[in-house]
Amino acid sequence: MIENLFNIISDHVLAPVVGWIVPEGYAASTLYTLEVLVKIMAILLPLLLCVAYLTYAERKIIGYIQCRLGPNRVGFFGFRFWGLGQPIADVVKLLFKEIIIPTGANKRLFVMAPVLAMAPSLAAWAVIPFDDTLVLADINAGLLYILALTSLAVYGIIVAGWASNSKYAFLGAMRSAAQIVSYEIAMGFALVCVLIAAGSLNLGQITAAQSGSILHWYWLPLLPIFLVYFISGVAETNRAPFDVAEGESELVAGFHVEYGGMAFSIFFMAEYANMVLIAVLTAVLFCGGWLSPFQGLPLLGNVSYLSEPNIFWLLLKTSLFLFMFLWLRATFPRYRYDQIMRLGWKVFLPITIIWIVVVSVMVVAEAPPWFN
Amino acid sequence: MLEQSIFYIFAALLVVSAGLVISVRNPVHSALFLILSFFCSAAIWLILQAEFLAIALILVYVGAVMVLFLFVVMMLDINVSTLREGFSRFLPVGLLVALLMLVAMGLIVGTAHILPDTGSVAGQVESGIGNTRLLGRVLFTEYIYPFEVAGAILLVAIIAAISLTMRKPRARRTPKPGNQVNVKREARVRLVNMDSATGNTGEQQQDD
Repeated sequence: MIENLFNIISDHVLAPVVGWIVPEGYAASTLYTLEVLVKIMAILLPLLLCVAYLTYAERKIIGYIQCRLGPNRVGFFGFRFWGLGQPIADVVKLLFKEIIIPTGANKRLFVMAPVLAMAPSLAAWAVIPFDDTLVLADINAGLLYILALTSLAVYGIIVAGWASNSKYAFLGAMRSAAQIVSYEIAMGFALVCVLIAAGSLNLGQITAAQSGSILHWYWLPLLPIFLVYFISGVAETNRAPFDVAEGESELVAGFHVEYGGMAFSIFFMAEYANMVLIAVLTAVLFCGGWLSPFQGLPLLGNVSYLSEPNIFWLLLKTSLFLFMFLWLRATFPRYRYDQIMRLGWKVFLPITIIWIVVVSVMVVAEAPPWFN
Repeated sequence: MLEQSIFYIFAALLVVSAGLVISVRNPVHSALFLILSFFCSAAIWLILQAEFLAIALILVYVGAVMVLFLFVVMMLDINVSTLREGFSRFLPVGLLVALLMLVAMGLIVGTAHILPDTGSVAGQVESGIGNTRLLGRVLFTEYIYPFEVAGAILLVAIIAAISLTMRKPRARRTPKPGNQVNVKREARVRLVNMDSATGNTGEQQQDD
C-alpha cells in the first residue's frame, strides 16, 4: 500500500519534474536521489510528529496515573480537543524564545551539541524495517549500524556539558557519559544474543526469523535478554528511573541547564526520538516487528486480516513499549548512582554473557520450536 | 564518479582533521578532531565495502575509547603552554617517523595501488555473503590461533588494569545492597519518650 504510494509519487510527480529540469544523462541518478530523499522525509516527518505527541502522551498518561487531568486547555479553533494543541503551542513558544549563550562558553561546540545529540537518533531509522520490503537501507550490517549510532548519542551530552562552562552541566554530562558507556556494554552483548539466535545482522532477516507464532518471537528464548535490553534502553536514553544526569534536586537540570529555547528543545526531542528508537528496536528484535501476534493461533490465526504481517503491528508494539517508558517514569523513584552502576556492571553484564552461552547451545542443539 | 568524489571529500577531511589534532590549542578540541578523523577513515572504509571494519571502528574507538578519553581530558587541568613547548622540538623526529611510515606503506602496498583506481572494488567481495560473515569465517578458521592469542593478551591486559587500580577489600567502602535491603526499622530508629517538663527520658515500648 505504502509502496504503491511511493511509486505513484515517483512516477507522476518526481519523474516529470526531473525530466523537465535535469539533462538527460543525469536524470536517472537525480531521480534516485530524490526518491531516497522523499523516503527519508516519509520516515522523519511522522517520527517528529510522534515525538511531539509523545510529550503530550507523557503528560497525559502520567497525569491520569497521578489522578490529574494533564494538559487539557490548548486546542484548535476554539475547541479544546482534550488539549491536543499543547505540543504545537510548546513548539511555537520554544521557537520564539531567545537562545542565550553563557559567557565563557565555547560558542561553536555549544551550538553543535544539540545537533550531535539529535542526529544519531534520527540516522538510526535508516535501517529499521517497517515491513518485509519497506526499509530505507536494507544493509547486511544493520544491527552493527544501530549499535554504532546509539553509542554516538553520548557525544551530544558530553560536548554540551563541557561547552556550557558550568559546573552543573559538566557534572551532569559526566554522570550521563559514565552511565551510557556502562549500559552500552550490556546492550551490545544483548544484541550479540539476538544475532546468534537469528544468524544474521540484517534487521529484516532477524524479524523474518521470528515468524511462526507469538511463541516463536525471541522474547521467549531470550527472555532475560529481552528484559536486560529494554531496561538498558531506558538507562541509555537517560529516562527515569535512571535520569540522574538531570537530577533536579542536585544538578538543577544536568547537562542542558544552560540551554534555552530551540537549543533546549532539540535536546528534548533527541531524548524522545531515542525513546521511540529503543521502543521500535525492542519490538523488531524481540517481539516480531511487523509480524502479527495472532499468526499461527488455532482460531484467530485463520482470520486473514488479523494474522497477516502488517506495519500496524509494529506501530502497535512500539506504542506499547513507549507506554512502558512512561509507566516506569510514573512509578519508580530515581535510582542512586552507585546502584545504577552496580545494576549495569554486576547484574546485567553477567546475565548477558551467560545467556550468550545458553543461546549458542540452543542454536547448536537446534532447540525446538525456535531454532530448528 | 560519485564514489571518487565522496572519497576525495572524506580523504581531504581526514587529512585536515588529523592535522588539526596536533595543531589546535585546546586538548578537548584535538580529541574532538581525532573523533572526526576516525569518522572520515570509517567512511573511506565503507567506500571500500569493508562495512564491518568501518562500523567496528566507530563502535569501538568513537563510541567507547574516545568517550573515556574525552572524559579524562575534560577533567584534567592541562596547561596548554607547556603542552605546546615540545611541538617544534619534536617536529623533525615526527616528520622522520612519518616519512618512514610512508615509505614502508609504499613498499608493502606497492606503487600500483597508490594511484586512485577508477574501477570499483565491488567485484572483489563475494556478493550476498557480506563482509561480516566473510571476516568471521576467516577469523575463526584460518587465523584461529592468532585470534585466540590476541584474546588472551587482551584478557591479561584487562586483569592487569583492574589489579593496578584494585584496592584492598577493607579500603573499599562499597555498600552491600543485600544488607541495605534487609535493614529493619528497629535497627535504625529508637523511639524515645521525653517528658517535656522534667526532661527525663524513658524508653517507650513500640506500640505499632
